[in-house]
Amino acid sequence: MIASVFARRGSEGRAALVPYMTAGHPARDATVTLLTELADAGADVLELGIPFSDPLADGPTIQRSSFKALQAGTTVEGVLSDLAAFRSRRDTPVVLFTYLNPVMRFGMDRFLRSAVDAGANGLLLTDLPAGADRALEDAVIESPLDLIRLVAPTTPIERVPDVARGGSGFLYYISRTGVTGARRELRAELAGEVQAIREAVDLPVAVGFGISTPDQAAAVGAVADGVVVGSALVRLLDEEGIEPGVDFVRSLRAALDG
Amino acid sequence: MATKTVKTRHSDRFGAFGGRYVPETLIQALDEVVEAYAEASDDPTFEEEFRALRADFIGRPTPLYHALRLGEAVGHPQVYLKREDLNHTGAHKINNTIGQALLARRMGKKRIIAETGAGQHGVATATACALFDLECVVYMGEEDVERQALNVFRMELLGAEVRPVASGTRTLKDATNEAIRDWVTNVESTHYIIGSVVGPDPFPRMVRDFQAVIGREAREQIIEVSGRLPAVVVACVGGGSNAMGIFHAFVGDSDVRLVGVEAGGEGVDSGRHSASLAAGQPGVLHGSLSYLLQDGDGQVAPAHSVSAGLDYPGVGPEHSFLKDSGRAEYTYVTDDEALSAFHRLSELEGIIPALETAHAVAHVMSHADAYDGPIVICLSGRGDKDVAHVARTEGRGRLL
Repeated sequence: MIASVFARRGSEGRAALVPYMTAGHPARDATVTLLTELADAGADVLELGIPFSDPLADGPTIQRSSFKALQAGTTVEGVLSDLAAFRSRRDTPVVLFTYLNPVMRFGMDRFLRSAVDAGANGLLLTDLPAGADRALEDAVIESPLDLIRLVAPTTPIERVPDVARGGSGFLYYISRTGVTGARRELRAELAGEVQAIREAVDLPVAVGFGISTPDQAAAVGAVADGVVVGSALVRLLDEEGIEPGVDFVRSLRAALDG
Repeated sequence: MATKTVKTRHSDRFGAFGGRYVPETLIQALDEVVEAYAEASDDPTFEEEFRALRADFIGRPTPLYHALRLGEAVGHPQVYLKREDLNHTGAHKINNTIGQALLARRMGKKRIIAETGAGQHGVATATACALFDLECVVYMGEEDVERQALNVFRMELLGAEVRPVASGTRTLKDATNEAIRDWVTNVESTHYIIGSVVGPDPFPRMVRDFQAVIGREAREQIIEVSGRLPAVVVACVGGGSNAMGIFHAFVGDSDVRLVGVEAGGEGVDSGRHSASLAAGQPGVLHGSLSYLLQDGDGQVAPAHSVSAGLDYPGVGPEHSFLKDSGRAEYTYVTDDEALSAFHRLSELEGIIPALETAHAVAHVMSHADAYDGPIVICLSGRGDKDVAHVARTEGRGRLL
């Protein structure tokens, strides 16, 4: 499902647009509506964050959205039930994005079954790097969900095939070291790095971490198969509300379709 | 993009616990630390320099002190205190920071970051950085900045920058989150000196190894003065570095009981405590799998302790292993019991212990008769840093 979306966009010569939102933010009951509006604004794949109390890979924006979502009573069960409600409205693929502990506490096998039943298509666990826990990784790989793998600028190029092993859907390239968060500048080396990764693996490569404007999205979209936009969107949703956030995603879509 | 990769030579686990549950960005840095630590361990010049600094700078070996008045008060003639409070900077923490600073220098890292709760690890890190001329940034929860103001100023005197952390519970857990975020961002220039036997591999085993000098000395000393191994070794457990440090040399002595004392706060039933081993379930926080205070949805539960250094919802993975294997026993004492022991040790022996350490003392005060033979307590740190906080807690107003 995710792979076919990337393939379709690839055949059109366009990058896929992958917005991230935190479930339960900006309001506990906003998730289904927001997912639907983001899909209609041109998202190709949606990343849906299940909030965790200690999001150590995230910067201040997603720390805040996670905190607010948890304060509002967001639970793993609740997120999956919202996802199921969205799935009855739209087909847009959804990647669940979270940390290991809420999933382990829920029970990995039970989580995978419940996520599939709710209509999830992929799973990204930021603190489960390749090789860290074969049993847990194999459970995801053997499930119907795509295991979305992360490659960092510090990942040695020889490790990239190991990182990608068992991964499917797409490979997520973190475009700079650091936590999530919008940045003004993109790095000049990005195009070469994405090219090197593409040569090392047989997966579409989406780039994220720091993309905050339509111009940046277009620049990244010119060298990558997909563009992930997280903190810039979450900040708009947090400070200005749902409509400005959805408008922003529409402007990203227009920039990528250029 | 980096171009080098290494193979792990050691297991990264203690039974099922431990591991490296970290963002991909840190994998290469952890491989570098693994490799540098393996090389240093094989290099006699590293141990030689470390040994000389332990003797001349830290002030080791520390004494094993026969606490006669404490023994009399608890009805046990053989209570011994391993005096880690007499180390330079006043706690066991410096055993580890000197080792890691030596390692950072070998790796060519010019910038050091650390997390701190009570401030003892922050002070010990700032001290090592002054000694080796390394830039030093210490993350400390805002609540701890308030209750440990003296240590904040000590770190600043030593040339470190203290960054207060306002997120989450504003304590050690959040300082650790922020230090990890810094490391993910500045990984190429920076080494992270973790202060306890927590975090991803190789930190739990490396910090244990640097602290194991406590148990090596104590084992020799107790045999020398009493002619036998102790009946029990008692230490407080937050992350658990002083406990692992003193336990390690005794793990193979199956007749020696190893007792870790966690912070029971206002009582484990109250929900306001830091007793991860007593009341937690296995989970992943800060890069390793270990017992963790958490709610039914896998969210980390806030910890509480009167002592900032024990105020942590996780615990080192080797302690989880020792608990499940039955080799060590873990118990807890409350804030009130620890405060009482803080006073009693001061009055009986002229030693003001750190509030963390007072937990280990409190256990012996109420359970001395359970042990038939010498009792060794790890007196992990001195209590000067806690004097103002205890005075406030007891309604004596603001001293500092």
